[in-house]
Amino acid sequence: MDVTLRVWRQDGPNRPGAFEEYFAPGISSHASFLEMLDIVNDRLTLDNREPIAFEHDCREGICGACGMMINGQAHGPQQGTATCQLHMRKFRDGAVIIIEPWRAAGFPVLKDLVVDRSAFDRIVEAGGYITVDTGSAPDANLVPIAQEAAEASMDAAVCIGCGACVAACPNSAAQLFTAAKLAHLNLLPQGQAERYIRAEAMVDTMESFFGSCTNHAECEEACPKNISIDFIALLNRDYIKAKWRNGRLAAQR
Amino acid sequence: MQLDAKIPEGALSEKWDSHRFSTPLVAPSNRRKFEVIVIGTGLAGAAAAATMGELGYRVRTFTYHDSNRRAHSIAAQGGINASKNYRNDGDSDYRLFYDTIKGGDYRSREANVYRLAQVSGEIIDQATAQGVPFGREYGGLLANRSFGGAQVSRTFYARGQTGQQLLLGAYQALARQIKAGTVNAYTRCEMLDIVVADGRAVGVVVRDMLTGEISSHSAHAVVLATGGYSNAYFLSTNAKACNGTAIWRAHRKGGLFANPCFTQIHPTCIPAADEFQSKLTLMSESLRNDGRIWVPAEVDEARPAADVPEDQRDYFLERRYPAFGNLVPRDVASRAAKKEVDSGKGAGPMKNGVYLDFAEAIGRLGRDTVEARYGNLFEMYQRITDEDPYQVPMRIYPAPHYTMGGLWVDYNLMTTVPGLYSIGEANFSDHGANRLGASALMQALADGYFILPNTIAAYLSESLGVDPMSTAEPAFKQVETDVIKRMDRLLDANGSRTVDWFHRELGKIVWEHCGMARSAEGLTKAISEIPALKEEFFADVKIMGEGDSLNQTLEKAGRVADYFELAELMCRDALHREESCGGHFRVEHVTDDGEAKRNDDEFTFVSAWSFEGDGAEPSLTKEILEFENVELTTRSYK
Ligand code: FES
Repeated sequence: MDVTLRVWRQDGPNRPGAFEEYFAPGISSHASFLEMLDIVNDRLTLDNREPIAFEHDCREGICGACGMMINGQAHGPQQGTATCQLHMRKFRDGAVIIIEPWRAAGFPVLKDLVVDRSAFDRIVEAGGYITVDTGSAPDANLVPIAQEAAEASMDAAVCIGCGACVAACPNSAAQLFTAAKLAHLNLLPQGQAERYIRAEAMVDTMESFFGSCTNHAECEEACPKNISIDFIALLNRDYIKAKWRNGRLAAQR
Repeated sequence: MQLDAKIPEGALSEKWDSHRFSTPLVAPSNRRKFEVIVIGTGLAGAAAAATMGELGYRVRTFTYHDSNRRAHSIAAQGGINASKNYRNDGDSDYRLFYDTIKGGDYRSREANVYRLAQVSGEIIDQATAQGVPFGREYGGLLANRSFGGAQVSRTFYARGQTGQQLLLGAYQALARQIKAGTVNAYTRCEMLDIVVADGRAVGVVVRDMLTGEISSHSAHAVVLATGGYSNAYFLSTNAKACNGTAIWRAHRKGGLFANPCFTQIHPTCIPAADEFQSKLTLMSESLRNDGRIWVPAEVDEARPAADVPEDQRDYFLERRYPAFGNLVPRDVASRAAKKEVDSGKGAGPMKNGVYLDFAEAIGRLGRDTVEARYGNLFEMYQRITDEDPYQVPMRIYPAPHYTMGGLWVDYNLMTTVPGLYSIGEANFSDHGANRLGASALMQALADGYFILPNTIAAYLSESLGVDPMSTAEPAFKQVETDVIKRMDRLLDANGSRTVDWFHRELGKIVWEHCGMARSAEGLTKAISEIPALKEEFFADVKIMGEGDSLNQTLEKAGRVADYFELAELMCRDALHREESCGGHFRVEHVTDDGEAKRNDDEFTFVSAWSFEGDGAEPSLTKEILEFENVELTTRSYK
C-alpha cells in the first residue's frame, strides 16, 4: 500500500518545529506502524536526510516507550493498542497519516516525536512504592489477599507509563497514570500503611507538572491497557481522606 | 590463565551460609564511603541498586532508557520459579537445583545453582511485600502454574505480565532510594566503555544521549546488569535496544567471556511474516500447559488446520516425549519443531511454523477459563497475525530469546577484572547450556536482591579509606578519547547502506550457522564472513545527523559494531565445542535417534575466552565443572 505521512519535525528542545510530508509507497499491510517508520527512515537516510526520531523498544506493547499522536489520536485508531502493536492493515491504501509527538506542557518535546516523560518518574518517587527493605519481608503466604483485590490491583498495575492518557487529555492531566499507580498499591493489604501519605505525595507532585482533571475520560479511551477511570475516583477519595488524616487533626482519625 | 571460581568449602546446602559468615563486611557507618556504579536498571540492576542503596552505599545507575522502568525484563511473560513447595507436590531447594542443573544439560556450576534455589523463596516474599500482584487462589493464597522442564508446579505469575510486575516492584524500590538520596539515577545515558586502571575496574565512560556529551564516572566498583546478546541474530524476541556493548567492552578490557555459544532459541514465538520484520514476538511458554503442538502428518498439507482430521495430525512432542509431552524443555521443543518444518510439514502461508492448538483445552476447560489464563496472549497474537486463536490454532516457531553465555563470574559474581561485577543475563553463571522457563526472572532477582549486595562487601572492604580514582586521571581521558574516535569513525564513513541493513545481514549469518543447528563447516564459513561484513560496515555505513544531539542511528551503529565481534566469538566457541548440549546443537554429534549427544569426557567445562587484541584469535581457558552432588545422565524427557 502507499501512504503519505505528515510528520512533526523538531530539531531539539525549545526549537521551532514544522510538519514535513513524506510519500511512502510500497508498504506491506502486514507491517507494523513502526516497521513502516523504519522503512521510511531508511529511505530518508539513503536520501541524505535525517531520519525521524521516535521512541520504541519492546515492540510488543509492554515497555511503554513508544507513543505518538496518529491522526490526532494517542497511539492511533485501534482501541487498547500501543503504537508498536498497530498494523498498517488498519489504514487504507492512499491514506494521509498525520504523526505528532505527545502534546503536553508536562512532556516537553526533545526531538521530532520524542518527548520527556520524566515527570512520571517524579510522581512514583514521591510515593509510588511500598517501604520494605530487601530481606525484611514475611512469608509471601502470611497475608491472604482476596482474589478480587489482587485482580483489581493488577488491573491498575498493568499501566505501562506511556503517557497516552496525558496526551489525550484536553487539560494534559495525569490523573489516570497517577491513579493507576496509586490504586495498584492502595488496593493491596501491603499498601495500607503508607496509603494516605502516598496519596497526598503523589497527587501533589502530579499537580506540579500536569493540568487538572475535568472528567473528559479521554484518557481511558486512549489507554493502550484499557485502564478504567474508576481508579481516578479512588485517587480522589484517598486524596481527600489524606488531606484530613495527614493534617493537624491526624490524632483524631 | 587460571580461573578460580572461589566456590566455598563444605556441603552444598551450607556453602552460601558459611560464605556469608566468612566474608568480610562493611559496617553500616562505613557504607556511605563507598561508591558503586550499576549499569542497567532491569530486574538485576534495579534490584541491586535499590538494595545497595538501602544498605547505605552510594549508588549511581545508568540506563539508555528514558526511565528506569523500561528495561526488557518488563517483557517476560510467564512467571518466576521458587521452591516454596506451596503445592505440596514434592518440591524442595534440592529439586529446583536438580531440575536447573539437568535442564542446563550439566554445564553449570553446582554451588551457584544451589544458592539460586535457596534464595528463590525469599524473592517471592520480597516481591509480594512490595505489592507485586501475583495470581491468587480463591482462598487468597498464591497460585502456581507449571513450566517446561519440571514435574512440579512452582511458577508464580502475574497474569501474562510477570516480568512487568516484578520489574515495577524493583523500579519502585529504586525510586524510593532515589528519593532518599542514596541512589543517583542517570537516564538516557549510555555506557560506552569501562575504565580499568592498575588491573581494577575504576569507572565508566558514558554518553548523554540528548546532548552527546561524553563524560567519565568513577567508583569503587562497577556492576554490569546489561542483559543478553540475542540481538546478534537481528531477529529475536529481545527489545530493539538490547545490546552487548557493555559486556563486550568489559571483555575487551580483560573480562573473560564464558560460553558465548550457549544461546536459547525459544520454541513459542510468532513466525516471521515477511522480509521487513523488525523483531519477533514471544508467546509465553505457559501456553504449552494447555495448548497441544502438532503438524499435519503429510508433507505439503494444503487444508486449513480445522479440516485436518485427528488421525492425520502428528502431535510430535507428545509422540516423541510421552513423559513430558508438550512441556519438554525449550531446546528440545525448538529442535523438534525445526525438524518438522525442515521436513516440509510447516504450517502457515510461509510453511514456517507449527500449530499450537487450544481446541482441546477450550473443550475441556471452557472458553472462559482459557481466556482467564491466556486472554492477553491470545489478544496479542490476534493483533499481530489478524487470526483468532480461539477459532484457529496459533502458529509458532522458535526464535532467539535468551543467552545463557555471558561474562565469566566467580561465586561472588565478580568478573576476571577485579571490581567489575556482572549480574542477571549478562553473566553466564546459572543456566548452563539451556535455561528453564521462569528461571530468568528468578536469577536476575536472586543476583540483584540477595547475592551481589552481600558478596560485593568483601571487595569493597579492602578499599576502606581509599577514594575512587579521579576522572581527571589519564586512564579516564584515554578511554574518553577512544570512545570519541570510535563514534567519529562511524559518523565519517558516510557510505551507502543503513545500519539496519548490516545488522540484518549479520543476523542472517548468525542464525544460519550458529542458530538451532550448527556444523563445523557452517561455523567456519561464518567466522570468515563476519569480519568481512564488519569491514564493509565501517567502510560503507551511512549515518545522518551529528554526535552532539539525540541521534538514534548513531546509538544503533555503535551497538551493531560490537555485535560483529561478539557474533564471531559465538561462532568460535560453537566450533570449538565438539558436542551437542542444551541450546548448542552440533549436527555432527547426535545419537542414533537424532537427539543431542553430549560429550562429558571432553567437554564438562566452561569455555572462558580472553580477548587478545583486534584481529588476533581469542584464547581459551577452561573452568572444569565438578559435579559432586548430581550424577551426569543423559537428559531424557521421554
Ligand atoms: S515499544 Fe514497547 S510499548 Fe511500544
